[in-house]
Amino acid sequence: MSSDIAAILAIDGIASGAIYVLIAIGFVLIFAVTRVIFVPFGDISAFTALTLAALETQRLPGTMGLVAMLAAMATLMQLTADIRASDLKAIPSTLFFYLVVPLVPVALMWFAAGSVMSMPVRMGLSLLLVLPIAPLLDRIVFRPIADASVLLLLTVSMALHFALVGLGLMFFGPEGVRTQPLTDASWEIAGMQVSLQTFLIVGSAVVFSTLLYAFFELTLTGKALRATAVNRTGARLVGIRPAYTGTMAYVLASILAGISGILISPVTTIFYDSGFLFGLRAFVGAIIGAMVNYPVTALGALLVGVLESFASFWSSAFKEVIVFSLLLPVLLWRSLSVGEVEDEAEE
Amino acid sequence: MSLLAIRSLDVCYGKVEAVRQVSLSIEAGQIVTVIGPNGAGKTTLLAATIGLLPSVGEMLFEGHDLRRLQVEARVEAGIVLVPENRELFGDMSVADNLVLGAYSHRHDRAGNRRNLDDVYHRFPRLLERRQQKANTLSGGERQMLALGRALMAKPRLLLLDEPSLGLAPLIVREIFKIIASLRETGVSVLLVEQNARAALETADVGYVLETGEIVNSGPADTLIHDPKLIATYLGGH
Ligand SMILES: Nc1ncnc2c1ncn2[C@@H]1O[C@H](COP(=O)(O)OP(=O)(O)OP(=O)(O)O)[C@@H](O)[C@H]1O
Ligand SMILES: [Mg+2]
Repeated sequence: MSSDIAAILAIDGIASGAIYVLIAIGFVLIFAVTRVIFVPFGDISAFTALTLAALETQRLPGTMGLVAMLAAMATLMQLTADIRASDLKAIPSTLFFYLVVPLVPVALMWFAAGSVMSMPVRMGLSLLLVLPIAPLLDRIVFRPIADASVLLLLTVSMALHFALVGLGLMFFGPEGVRTQPLTDASWEIAGMQVSLQTFLIVGSAVVFSTLLYAFFELTLTGKALRATAVNRTGARLVGIRPAYTGTMAYVLASILAGISGILISPVTTIFYDSGFLFGLRAFVGAIIGAMVNYPVTALGALLVGVLESFASFWSSAFKEVIVFSLLLPVLLWRSLSVGEVEDEAEE
Repeated sequence: MSLLAIRSLDVCYGKVEAVRQVSLSIEAGQIVTVIGPNGAGKTTLLAATIGLLPSVGEMLFEGHDLRRLQVEARVEAGIVLVPENRELFGDMSVADNLVLGAYSHRHDRAGNRRNLDDVYHRFPRLLERRQQKANTLSGGERQMLALGRALMAKPRLLLLDEPSLGLAPLIVREIFKIIASLRETGVSVLLVEQNARAALETADVGYVLETGEIVNSGPADTLIHDPKLIATYLGGH
């Protein structure tokens, strides 16, 4: 392999790694705050890509039906809970947060149907449409079993992923999509053509990771999320509701997943079930970061992207085999050192 | 009307009854102490009062039924617990721990800033260490942080579980001075202590809890001269 090819492969790998970084950070965020390993997270990313593709061709995206169905279910469940607790004063806010808020983007989409939108508008609207899915799933599936063991939560999460893939087929259909490139421009750097799109992808990953970091460090809500992750009981004792921080974690993580879906949709063809593989690759990154360490998670996800890029050059049929086999020693090493991390968390 | 009125309270861990038929009340501005041997149910009583454990019986805060409220709503109502194991945010800085203490009334920014200055004034050590992570503090500094974080919540009723645990005598005196000074700011305190003498010297009213039941109660300055209490809890004199 010449150094030119190696450089091209590395740049490609960093670009796809940057996309996995966003999903991987979302995994860590949701796990830290809610103890749920949210397997369907890659699906959220794929659904964003499918939504964007539908908007490009001026079709109504399947996301509308999916969100409407989930909002109806969540509202019914919350209303039942309110009535059981004879907390009738809570009903207006239940209707507002579980029904009205998730349906606002759906309604916007309804009115905008068929009109020609510019690319940034399409991206923004896709993101908005996808945003309610994970928080609603949290309300429907995880809130009732919030105190269950991590293993049970994971099992349920796995089942939820398969349910969601089924719903994906129902609402989006079996066709694969690929959206228009973000831009056709490219720059020549050290004798190589690097597309502007690659820069945009890596740049977005950097910008949104930095924004998330600033949110955690600088805002009170960000600190409340960290506090819930560090000590749930302590958080409750200062008045932080874990259900609220959990919802916030799902919303923030969905923004990251949505952005990754927007970034990946012009790069590869996406099907309703493509999410699992992105999720798995990002998940490996999150495991390398031991599910707690954001910077190491980001590096891990980048490593997966680069490995994948080289592996597909050597033998594209065995790409996944090569990537995941090479990662086994890394994962083994991390799992041996995870013990220390958990001891620290006990403090 | 009492600030807090508990009547015939039962708290169970599965089949084990850790608190049985406990009644006690706290008037506004009072310091009330509950003393008793290890395993008597003191921590259990506080955990039920803040809502971390389910309980049977009556629990009224200013006449309102507390048992309908979740922990977070009780904190918003002004009941704040400093638990036995402190439950600090270990991986976060001292300053962040204090700021989060005020979460239940986060919109009163000016008030919270004043309150923070006040806490730093009471515990200059916390000001020195404000960038340090809570899990790297010494035992005594952790106690100060736990009390400081609770004060940030602007409590009307402060539930303290062994605030002097493991502290050097000089700091114990300092902590009890602070507890006594809370009375002037209108904060009521329910104080659970092993250090029965110091607790009774600070408190207005005392209760003695043994194996989950109240066996004695009365004005603190009477209890402190009770021969039976002197023999069991106050170590002679
Ligand atoms: N989670 C639990 N499950 C079962 N029993 C418990 C549990 N927590 C406490 N107990 C029991 O309840 C009783 C009261 O415990 P509690 O912690 O309230 O005592 P305490 O008065 O605070 O004691 P100490 O002075 O040692 O702190 C003890 O017998 C204890 O063993
Ligand atoms: Mg105790």
